Amino acid sequence: MGWFKRSARKTPQNEIPEGLFAVCPRCKAHIYKDEYESAFKVCPKCNHHERLTAAERIELIVDKGTFREFNSEIKPNDPLDFKDAKGSYRQKAEDAIAKTGLNEAVVTGSGDINGTRAVIAVMDFRFLGGSLASATGEKILLASEHALRMKRALLIFSASGGARMHEGIVSLMQMAKTCAGIARLDRAGLPYISIMTDPTYGGVSASFATVGDLNIAEPGALIGFAGRRVIEQTIKEKLPDDFQTAEYLLEHGFLDSIVNRGEMKDYLHRVLQYSLGKKV
Amino acid sequence: MNLEFENELAEIEERIAELSKLDSKEHPQLNKDIGALRRKMKSLTRRIYENLTPWDTVRIARHHDRPLFKDFIAGMCSDFIELHGDRRCGDDKALIGGFATIDKHRVMLIGMVKGRTVDEKVHHNFGMPNPEGYRKALRLMKLAEKYGLPIVCMVDTPAAYPGREAEERGQAEAIARNLTEMAGLEVPIVVVITGEGGSGGALGIAVGDAILMLRYAVYSVIPPEGCAAILWRDAERAPEAADALKITAESLLDLGIIDQIIDEPPGGAHRDPETTIERTREAVVETLQRLKRQSTARLRDNRYDKFARMGRVKKRRSKSSK
Ligand SMILES: [Zn+2]
Repeated sequence: MGWFKRSARKTPQNEIPEGLFAVCPRCKAHIYKDEYESAFKVCPKCNHHERLTAAERIELIVDKGTFREFNSEIKPNDPLDFKDAKGSYRQKAEDAIAKTGLNEAVVTGSGDINGTRAVIAVMDFRFLGGSLASATGEKILLASEHALRMKRALLIFSASGGARMHEGIVSLMQMAKTCAGIARLDRAGLPYISIMTDPTYGGVSASFATVGDLNIAEPGALIGFAGRRVIEQTIKEKLPDDFQTAEYLLEHGFLDSIVNRGEMKDYLHRVLQYSLGKKV
Repeated sequence: MNLEFENELAEIEERIAELSKLDSKEHPQLNKDIGALRRKMKSLTRRIYENLTPWDTVRIARHHDRPLFKDFIAGMCSDFIELHGDRRCGDDKALIGGFATIDKHRVMLIGMVKGRTVDEKVHHNFGMPNPEGYRKALRLMKLAEKYGLPIVCMVDTPAAYPGREAEERGQAEAIARNLTEMAGLEVPIVVVITGEGGSGGALGIAVGDAILMLRYAVYSVIPPEGCAAILWRDAERAPEAADALKITAESLLDLGIIDQIIDEPPGGAHRDPETTIERTREAVVETLQRLKRQSTARLRDNRYDKFARMGRVKKRRSKSSK
């Protein structure tokens, strides 16, 4: 269940001046960049939800000026001293840090959602494919412990190709570790809401992402345990086009709802009002 | 199946078998010769097994003659009552469980079944559980909690099954649910990795208070072939990936992932399944006795701390709060 990178999306050739338009990767519509950005990268023509960075997600969900980040100094561990054909994991992690400006694939903190304070973890797919590793798991566990101490809801936005194989078995154990944190919230009657964004796979889908009190997803998000190619190779048949989409999961009973990005904040605020009864 | 690094052993074994057929009256040297071969075999076995690479270990963990869950049940338990079905969808054939008696301990015994013949392998889906397997396991664990029975999980799976129906029935959720629920179970959980610990498929029944592992079992986030295909762009370089992934019992003990190695007899479990199973039984019994002395609250807190420690990256201010 290693994390994967989707093949780079092709940018279509066009004569339209650069900078003014964004091109929807799905329907290829040209959208005014301002319009696209203010819609948080949702295509007005086909409702394609482009991946967001953690910072964009926080801006979308959290009331302005209320986000307080936790443990931003935590960086990847290299428990195996891992090297592969292309070099060392240590270097790879340094490159990811330089590229994204993040220290890990998840940003955690507390913030208000329309005035309701919650603990929030947001994964960022740009950082080594949003892969789950020791520092990722540690930050999520610390966030759940904070929610437990402060008696607040925990919200996790997932975006991940799976476990980070460069940390081997230690990354696998983060699945058990994060779920142990969720189990404590459960026993304390505190809400945990999982929001799955594109993509949510492997070690993340098989741990905290699918055991929310509510499992929510964005439209079109791909969510699964094994990747499509692995399954097709195993069963030797072609899978339907909508296989592992959020819509497919909703149909099979694994989601409470699919929520458009533009409505996500209000939706979360509304459901939080039902969930904090045991808090006092 | 012969492992190439054991070829020399196989040759000596064959020679001993040939000599044993001869009449010792006609060949006065015979017993002496056989004795010498046995001694040679013993030292050669030791030399080979002291110098195994991680990839060799993978091959041993997958060996055709390695004891399988059903062999452990037969060898370890004076009683086993299999309990079927997840009450939702079906009865998984790759992941089974039931009431078992090991020494004086009544437990819930759960494990993966691989099968040895081709028919058995197909019947048991090569030990790759579907979601209903993990859900059956959880049902049995909850039952164990209700009855106050300790849980023993024996892990031997290449992976959770990557199939279409498995996805449609929520393979990811089934595993995730087990991880979450097992963290809170109020009975002791002993886990034994006996063969292949294949990623999330293994972990789905491997959250425990004590994680034991046979000397030549492996436990990994991804099969070495898969890792090599991605990071080396060549599945043939699996031996390098196996090395880098640190998947042997010894490495995992160093990393604090497992608690105890159960030694296999010289030449591996496939040469002497009986001794292997007996040692496993002894180790499980000892662990059960130790864990049964702890209060349930203590047990649960320790289990939390055990997994919270794995991959910890910084000093934490407070101890776990609950
Ligand atoms: Zn579009």
